[in-house]
Amino acid sequence: MEDLLNKAETQEYFINMGPQHPSTHGVLRLMLTLDGEIIKKVEPHLGYIHRSIEKMSEKDSYYQMVHLTDRMDYLSCHINNEAVCLAIEKGLQLEIPDRVKYIRTIISELTRLSSHQLWWGVMGMDLGAITTFLYGFRDREMITDIFEETCGARLTMNYNVPGGLMFDIHPNFQKRTKDFIKHFKKKLPEYDELLSGNIIFTERTKDIGYLSKEDAISYGVTGPSGRGSGFACDVRKRIPYSAYDKVEFKEIIYTEGDSFARYKVRMDEMKESLYIIEQLIDNIPEGDFKAKTKAVIKLPDGEYYQRVETARGELGVYIISDNKKNPYRVKYRSPGFSNLSALDTMARGGKIADLVAMMSTLDLVIPDIDR
Amino acid sequence: MNFNIYDFTEFIISIDNWLKQLLSPGLAKITGMALIGVTFLLFVTLLGLSIVYIERKVCAFFQQRLGPMRVGFWGTAQTIADIIKLIFKEPLATKNSDKFLFNLAAFIVLISPFMVIAVVPFAKGLHALDFDIGLFYVTAVSSLGVTGILLAGWSSNNKYSLIGAMRSGAQIISYELSIGLSLLAIVILTGSLQLSVIVESQRDGWWIFKGNIPAIVAFIIFIIASTAESNRGPFDLAEAESELTAGFHTEYSGIKFAFFFLAEYVNLFIIAAIGATVFFGGWMPLHIGNFTFFNEAMDIIPPIIWFFAKVAALIFLLMWFKWTFPRLRIDQLLQLEWKYLLPLSILNLVLMTIVSLTGWHL
Amino acid sequence: MNNEELKQKINTLTDKAEFSEEGSEFLNVIIPPEALHSLASSLKFDNDTKFDFLFCLSGVDWITHLMTVYHLTSTELKHTLVLKVKIHDRENPEVDTVCDLWRTAEFHEREVYDLFGIKFRNHPDLRRILLDDDWKGFPLRKDYKDEVNIVEF
Repeated sequence: MEDLLNKAETQEYFINMGPQHPSTHGVLRLMLTLDGEIIKKVEPHLGYIHRSIEKMSEKDSYYQMVHLTDRMDYLSCHINNEAVCLAIEKGLQLEIPDRVKYIRTIISELTRLSSHQLWWGVMGMDLGAITTFLYGFRDREMITDIFEETCGARLTMNYNVPGGLMFDIHPNFQKRTKDFIKHFKKKLPEYDELLSGNIIFTERTKDIGYLSKEDAISYGVTGPSGRGSGFACDVRKRIPYSAYDKVEFKEIIYTEGDSFARYKVRMDEMKESLYIIEQLIDNIPEGDFKAKTKAVIKLPDGEYYQRVETARGELGVYIISDNKKNPYRVKYRSPGFSNLSALDTMARGGKIADLVAMMSTLDLVIPDIDR
Repeated sequence: MNFNIYDFTEFIISIDNWLKQLLSPGLAKITGMALIGVTFLLFVTLLGLSIVYIERKVCAFFQQRLGPMRVGFWGTAQTIADIIKLIFKEPLATKNSDKFLFNLAAFIVLISPFMVIAVVPFAKGLHALDFDIGLFYVTAVSSLGVTGILLAGWSSNNKYSLIGAMRSGAQIISYELSIGLSLLAIVILTGSLQLSVIVESQRDGWWIFKGNIPAIVAFIIFIIASTAESNRGPFDLAEAESELTAGFHTEYSGIKFAFFFLAEYVNLFIIAAIGATVFFGGWMPLHIGNFTFFNEAMDIIPPIIWFFAKVAALIFLLMWFKWTFPRLRIDQLLQLEWKYLLPLSILNLVLMTIVSLTGWHL
Repeated sequence: MNNEELKQKINTLTDKAEFSEEGSEFLNVIIPPEALHSLASSLKFDNDTKFDFLFCLSGVDWITHLMTVYHLTSTELKHTLVLKVKIHDRENPEVDTVCDLWRTAEFHEREVYDLFGIKFRNHPDLRRILLDDDWKGFPLRKDYKDEVNIVEF
């Protein structure tokens, strides 16, 4: 038998996962090298949805370039917008009204919640529990309704402009947000019952897709994925922006580094987000919803870097200005791009089914990676 | 012809006699066979349509939505519309697929449920076949379906399909053991493999109640193993749409895809029917020992309704599994069978023998 | 370490560095390509600096020269630094890779190569990442012309 096995010619087995595949969540293509079902290598091929946002931004005015960013990570569009606005405001040295800061923070956290809800639903679906998807969407609906009332859009909101917000909040905003918090606090234990406590789920995620802290830092894996490996990388805590210095919240860190830890980080982060909103929602100060800005913004010579925490990790906006009405160079350091680079290290030795679980816990959004 | 909803024996015999009067013996036999075939074909089609509809509604119920509502009253015509769509779709085959096997596979998958359904006793005297190795025949024939799945995966010449088919092969072959052993536990009590005898032996109570703890354990093993054998969630690794797009039937379209679809749902029915027959008395109404008044009251409900009610309850249970649990991984799946279920069912069999010998069962 | 201390430290590591803090919130260190790898590895492994997190790697086309920009921070010591590499050769720009120090650079350098045409020596897998393999030119360069896709106005 041993002889026979040695004589037999074996070949590595390649599979193209994507660009059209149900669990790559968009047009990501992974070249898998397999030995049976065991993964030897994962090679991501990107760019299927590259829209040259950085090149386009060089042609646009500062007002216009903000609106391209919610097409990057469409699930945390508000936070992306906020990052660019903060960078531009940093360049203009603009004093932003407190009201704007509060509203931005509340909506950022709502965005984060809605993103995590969708992630939770999709994560369940990737592991074969389709019902979770509908549960996630059920609760997300309330948030998108709030967004719709606030600015007219449900997904790509474009609510931020350099200097403040597009409009003031709707009179119902506070009431509806509080209603949502009350509703969602009741529903969150349901999430735990359906997935976290399920033995099949824990078996599928525990000790799967291990990423050490050193690797996480080296690969630049930020956000909940990095914090699941014990990498304290929450920008909200370390370099507070908007109103994050005025609220208290815990930076969720798990040190296990497996898929389950990344899952738990996001589950706990939802609770923290609710807590942040609760602290702010009754204390929104009166004032303008926008600082005065000129019709044509010209940033002074120099370079401006703004880091924010999106639902997926650290987004960096790097603007180089040469004192013209459009930026000289814009670079978006998107969280998904760096997070994806760690996939190969995580996936080696696992099974195809594990790869799907790992990709879900990395929470990839492909437009965010390809820009 | 006398028709009695409580006992079909005379009805079937009278049809048989009528045919024999009209035709020569050979022709009568062939006509009889054709009649049964057509009946089952119609029955299976209707069954497929209704179970698909029920599955959609049950799934919608678990997911807090309404399900199909537009076509017909409460969407009842939705599945018919879907079937019409599938029939008119172009049956594609990829360029490098093995055309003959590719087409054959879809039929093989459907053959096995058709063969099993022949022995299912729907009501007293209402069955196509009733022979003394009924249960053995069921376990033997139901495993033919895996040949179709393996062929489908291999002949599509698609890597996803092949992985799906291989998973399915490993899965079905292993879980067959547990199914056989769990059914055997009841056979120890009845002393017969004949399904009508098994049903009749539950006249004073169903085996799940009479058979002491081993019967309950056997039922739990049976329901887990049979879910796995029918490739349904949480054991739907063979199609695992988030991993393998659609697994072994990725390349199928049109009516051939519908065959796979139909086979899955007919298999669902068969599992529930066999489970109901062996553990829940089949068409036998709920009887409690010698409690005559209660037993007679239960007898008022016709056996065929009892049978379908039990099957529906089991189908609901299986759908419940599918729509709440995440999917297992292939190594976990095989671990569950070889490390836990198989030793447990062998132990259970020994226990059942002891129970049977000492007469601890009712 | 604050910026002054960092300056002194870097001066002990290399004599080719220029410093500027103008128009930026971080300390900028401008170095020639040949000094990059040795400086980067000492910045990462030195116990006083410990720059273990490369949070952004970008390319810039300054028309007269090309530039790669490395935003570095230390997760332990919490100081931040920007390394800038000036590359004067526009025809065949080359710089050492840093992906042996920070693994995240592997993808980011491929992106810079893709959009600016800067080649990274010793990179394990230097191919285009966002654009097609047969794409002509490097789109983020200022002299890039594409009459089909870019409308001048």
